[in-house]
Amino acid sequence: MTDTAAARNLAPLREGYKYGFVSDIESESAPPGLNENTIRFISAKKQEPQWLLDWRLESFRQWQKMDSPHWAKLRIAPIDYQAATYYSAPKRQNAPKSLDEVDPELLKTYEKLGSPLNERAVLAGVAVDAVFDSVSVATTFKKTLAELGIIFCSFGEAVREHPDLVRKYLGSVVPQGDNFFAALNAAVFSDGSFAYVPAGVRCPMELSTYFRINAAKSGQFERTLLVADKGAYVSYLEGCTAPQRDENQLHAAVVELVALEGAEIKYSTVQNWYPGDAEGKGGIYNFVTKRGACRGARAKISWTQVETGSAITWKYPSCILEGDDSVGEFYSVAITNNFQQADTGTKMIHLGRNTRSTIISKGISAGKGQNTYRGLVRIQPKAANARNYTQCDSLLIGDKCGAHTVPYIAARNPTARVEHEATTSKISDEQMFYCQQRGLSKEDALSLIVNGFCKEVLKELPMEFAVEAQKLLAVSLEGSVG
Amino acid sequence: MLEIKNLHARISEGREILKGVDLTVKPGEVHAIMGPNGSGKSTLAGVLSGKPGYEVTEGQVLFQGRDLLAMAADERARDGVFLAFQYPVEIPGVNNMYFLRAALNAVRKQRGESEMDAGQFLKAVRAKLKLLEIGEDLLQRGVNVGFSGGEKKRNEIFQMAMLEPKLAILDETDSGLDIDALQMVSRGINALRGSERAIVMITHYQRLLNHVVPDRVHVLSGGRIVKSGGKELALELEQTGYGAYGDAA
Repeated sequence: MTDTAAARNLAPLREGYKYGFVSDIESESAPPGLNENTIRFISAKKQEPQWLLDWRLESFRQWQKMDSPHWAKLRIAPIDYQAATYYSAPKRQNAPKSLDEVDPELLKTYEKLGSPLNERAVLAGVAVDAVFDSVSVATTFKKTLAELGIIFCSFGEAVREHPDLVRKYLGSVVPQGDNFFAALNAAVFSDGSFAYVPAGVRCPMELSTYFRINAAKSGQFERTLLVADKGAYVSYLEGCTAPQRDENQLHAAVVELVALEGAEIKYSTVQNWYPGDAEGKGGIYNFVTKRGACRGARAKISWTQVETGSAITWKYPSCILEGDDSVGEFYSVAITNNFQQADTGTKMIHLGRNTRSTIISKGISAGKGQNTYRGLVRIQPKAANARNYTQCDSLLIGDKCGAHTVPYIAARNPTARVEHEATTSKISDEQMFYCQQRGLSKEDALSLIVNGFCKEVLKELPMEFAVEAQKLLAVSLEGSVG
Repeated sequence: MLEIKNLHARISEGREILKGVDLTVKPGEVHAIMGPNGSGKSTLAGVLSGKPGYEVTEGQVLFQGRDLLAMAADERARDGVFLAFQYPVEIPGVNNMYFLRAALNAVRKQRGESEMDAGQFLKAVRAKLKLLEIGEDLLQRGVNVGFSGGEKKRNEIFQMAMLEPKLAILDETDSGLDIDALQMVSRGINALRGSERAIVMITHYQRLLNHVVPDRVHVLSGGRIVKSGGKELALELEQTGYGAYGDAA
């Protein structure tokens, strides 16, 4: 039972932010600041082809003309983009051929993260494309995957080894100038993951990446591109932990998913970036653009996210349902405690006939946290018989936090069926007492009630992720009940 | 087992409800506390189980010689104090079975016993389910979510049977039960009677006491125990009503 395992593991996690350590590895960083030379530096460091440099530069030019979005219900201190560092890589970066060649310091870091590559790979059957700062240092299970024709590698490697695929799909779902943060990412993205699953292949294991911000002041600009060819299936896990910092760190990632006819992509995230301390000092600014396109009939894209970290979360994993009968899903748990702010939700764009989408959002606010669900369901004129079901539930813990729901619905086809349900509730003293009267501690009682509230979302996560997510929920809400 | 001495308690920032309760319950005994509405029955159950919202202003409660009032609610529960709720609380999304197993393992840990794995637990559960004629489907539902009134009460007794407390306090467990459910619940309570266990039944009506025959009956009125006697006292009350005890304060 995963719940029991979670409860057992709570005790050591109560001692503050567990992942707040800093590894001692020299970085080779670009000088702070952002101009065309910074971009040329990054591109040269990564030995990129001319077309990619041009793409970055074009993105940068578009970005310069854009403004940071301010429609979200977020209070954001001005960000000095010239003060950040846009590239940093571990120094010993002659690509290691096996784990033995990986810097032992790095391996130790992974161990602290609970992600020892060798063990994890064997035990969980998970291939980890581990990103440490900006450069991928180890990729496992590549061989097994290769036998099936599955490509799973760092973005940089994909650019070198599979330029045609990258060129074909890069920016095809999230265009360079899509929004301020996506344009910034397109200009300066450091590395990330690439996966391609060929037609008719079911990826036999969950693909997993552990992201981690490490070098001080280095923004993190990951870029992920997943393509599932006709009839293919892939499940992808993304987990994040970050070391404790006093300064706010900028994170602007882009994830693009492409599902062709009959393909299915399941994308799961547990986000645990440093949320700042109890006084609201520090924490990651997390501005993420995630979007998937169902490019063919009966394609399916499913986003599941558990957002517990970051000082600010700005994130709307979306689905563009182009193919007839295609399906989009969004399952989300977002927690804000202390001074955390989250403005998150999804966009479901129905273009094809008989397209269906489901949105289940669970927002939990504690402390002085502010939590906003923002969603758009758009049914375009040709999307006959499109259906959407949306459920937004908010849970409040204490009386200084806030929950907000902002659903936009635009139905341009008369046959569309759109349902929206929303609830707001508080954890009651009666519930807490009932649990305690049965012998559960206050912390276990809270964790139990919250996990119950999030159940519909957590059950969408792969097993090993569900366990981690439950731990995180409990840790994130520590001290929120008096 | 339980010694209540001159217990005074009030609703936080409110008026005094218990005005000097004295009660001693020995292991193996079943006591019934009866009384009119507003006499302080539920307050007594709340104070004994550590429910927030009450304030003890005077007096002492000893449980197995320890100061019960100094213990947190969950500590009391793990030490063997069980409250069957008058209004069992719903916890959506939390599987009834999972909830019970978490509770049982918390209690077992305190008793120095090993945690039960899923297999052992299921075996223990099935035995008790049979006793209370509870279907297994009840276990897979959310805690008390969508339960009928009778199912909720039966579920309380089922939890009690699983947790095997030393002191069980039943707060109006008989209210809202039809005659069949009352008999099932009574069977569950009777099965738990034992030389090591004390049971305190709080009830407004005498009818539960036909099925679970108490050793002692107390009348609580105006925040005090105004009369104590054997099981015949309950029958007497049935005849005369609480009127004779008026507002004894």
